[in-house]
Amino acid sequence: MMIQMTGIRKVYNTGRIEVEALKSIDLEIDRNEFVAIVGPSGSGKSTLMNLLGCLDTPTSGLYRLSGETVGGLDRNRLAEIRNRHVGFVFQNFNLLPYATALENVELPLLFGGVPAKERRERARAMLAKVELADRMDHKPTELSGGQMQRVAVARALVNRPTMILADEPTGNLDSASGKGIVGLFEELHAGGQTVVMITHDMTLARIASRVVQIRDGEIVDDQRAAA
Amino acid sequence: MRFAVAEFALVLRLFRADLGHQTKRIVLTVLAIAWGTLSIVLLLSFGEGLKRSLNKGCRGMGESVGVVWPGATTKAWMGLPSGRPIPLKEEDPELLRRRIPEIAALSVEFSKWAPVTVGTKTINTRVRGVEPEFGEMRNIHPQAGGRFLNDRDMAEKRRVVFLGEELAKDLFGTEDVVGKTVQVNQSTFLVVGVAQKKIQMGMYNGPDRNQSCIPAPTFKSTYTDAKIENLVYRPVSIELGDTAKAQLYRVMGAKYHFDPEDTRSLGIWDTREMQRINDNIALGLQIFLGIIGGLTLLVGGMGVANIMFAVVKERTREIGVKMALGAKARQVMLPFMLEALLMTVLGGIVGTTLSLGIIGIIAALPLKGEAFEFLGRPTFSPAIAVATAMVLGTIGSLAGFFPAKHASSVNPAVSLRYE
Repeated sequence: MMIQMTGIRKVYNTGRIEVEALKSIDLEIDRNEFVAIVGPSGSGKSTLMNLLGCLDTPTSGLYRLSGETVGGLDRNRLAEIRNRHVGFVFQNFNLLPYATALENVELPLLFGGVPAKERRERARAMLAKVELADRMDHKPTELSGGQMQRVAVARALVNRPTMILADEPTGNLDSASGKGIVGLFEELHAGGQTVVMITHDMTLARIASRVVQIRDGEIVDDQRAAA
Repeated sequence: MRFAVAEFALVLRLFRADLGHQTKRIVLTVLAIAWGTLSIVLLLSFGEGLKRSLNKGCRGMGESVGVVWPGATTKAWMGLPSGRPIPLKEEDPELLRRRIPEIAALSVEFSKWAPVTVGTKTINTRVRGVEPEFGEMRNIHPQAGGRFLNDRDMAEKRRVVFLGEELAKDLFGTEDVVGKTVQVNQSTFLVVGVAQKKIQMGMYNGPDRNQSCIPAPTFKSTYTDAKIENLVYRPVSIELGDTAKAQLYRVMGAKYHFDPEDTRSLGIWDTREMQRINDNIALGLQIFLGIIGGLTLLVGGMGVANIMFAVVKERTREIGVKMALGAKARQVMLPFMLEALLMTVLGGIVGTTLSLGIIGIIAALPLKGEAFEFLGRPTFSPAIAVATAMVLGTIGSLAGFFPAKHASSVNPAVSLRYE
């Protein structure tokens, strides 16, 4: 099992009030699944995404990612795990505004210590794959929303992560660009890539091979689409 | 290292981007650093100039020479009472030259107040009777066209005189007087040389510039009752100065029967002491000035830290993104530290350039007067450059470190939602 969450609980301590964002999550995701995690705002899906992406650690419970137990690791080890295993795609793209598309895609390789020449080649290849070969030296401000998100997908893929973790990837896109990105995900999934997508949009979720519904910090529904 | 190189290109671009929308703040901060650098460089350069003037002034009376005066014993010795005067006699110089190999040069010095006359102008001044070594030892050098007293002057008891530059000017109205004659104590003397101007801090019997020197034998035949006033000697090397001094007490103690440990029996002024004290004063001054400059620079450093804290806050989201992509603490910190260092170095370059300009201008100014002889020549030196670079580097790194540390403690989950 690639992702294994057992009895995951997350409590936020904001001053005097304790908020239990996740109550007790048991979730297993296998290689080459395309999972949509759906829920209304406040349901805890963002918290779940932070935990899945190793941006945050659970209050209690066990999380194993690709055989490694994530709980109790220090910040630098967590950073390494994110670097190797998780490719983030955000709603608002989160590209560095002063860097070119190519440099943005190179970033995970830079943090991973990949030599310059290999970095450049892999980033170029990945941008070509998302059909942005002619936009490599453009800054984000010179790109459309759809193009920016495709740069972000290329960035997420460049380090060959265990999973793509996408947070409302079409939220800031017009429907045409959104369809393009969704199509890209389906393609990746078909190519064997594990994709986890967080969204509040049921229609978007339907393209996934499995839909996990979350409400009030608990999983309320988990359905696999018929193959 | 690989990361640092790749990151540096990004940092430069970041800095340019910051410069775009924080222009005023960054310019002011760089100016603050420049100002701090300017003050540290200028203060240290003034200190260096002062140190060199002090050194020169110190050498003005002669470099590591000793001056020996007659004294009196303070201890009973070999049946003789204390309080017994110890003289300097005619044969003593020869004895010392022969017996003490650590002494490189030695001269007797007679002296008397005497009227020196040119035409109708008479000036009462101190006339010295000395030997040729005296000029070199006491750092009294002739201006071009003249000479100091020589061996033939001694052997032939010539009536020649070497004038201090101020005395020459007072007598003749000009310093160009070689070959003219003056009356010393109603005898006619030929002027063979005039002293070069110098800074003289240590002196006995007044400054050299308004005295005159005549050959010691001539002096003795003019004033038959004259007694040796003092001896001037120079050791073979600075290091051998102490040995030379001890030997002098030993040889004279054996001759005049006093305890060689009884240092009051002959007074010796060792100018090396003065040089040591001077060096210490100069060093203390440099440190003091350096601290003042450093504190000024520190204020600039706080400006840099302040800006960097603002920049970190502004880039919270970007820090979160980098962390999500796998940046470790070190990799998050480095750009901020580099940027702070960049600002500091930029300010440092501006400040150093300005101060070098100012030093150049001061050097070109025709400043006159005693005070300026000491203060008017700020001097930049490699040591100052190194010190400034080190202070700048330290302050720049610290100014970057704390904001960067703050950046690396950002919680990525929170900062990704930061607007």
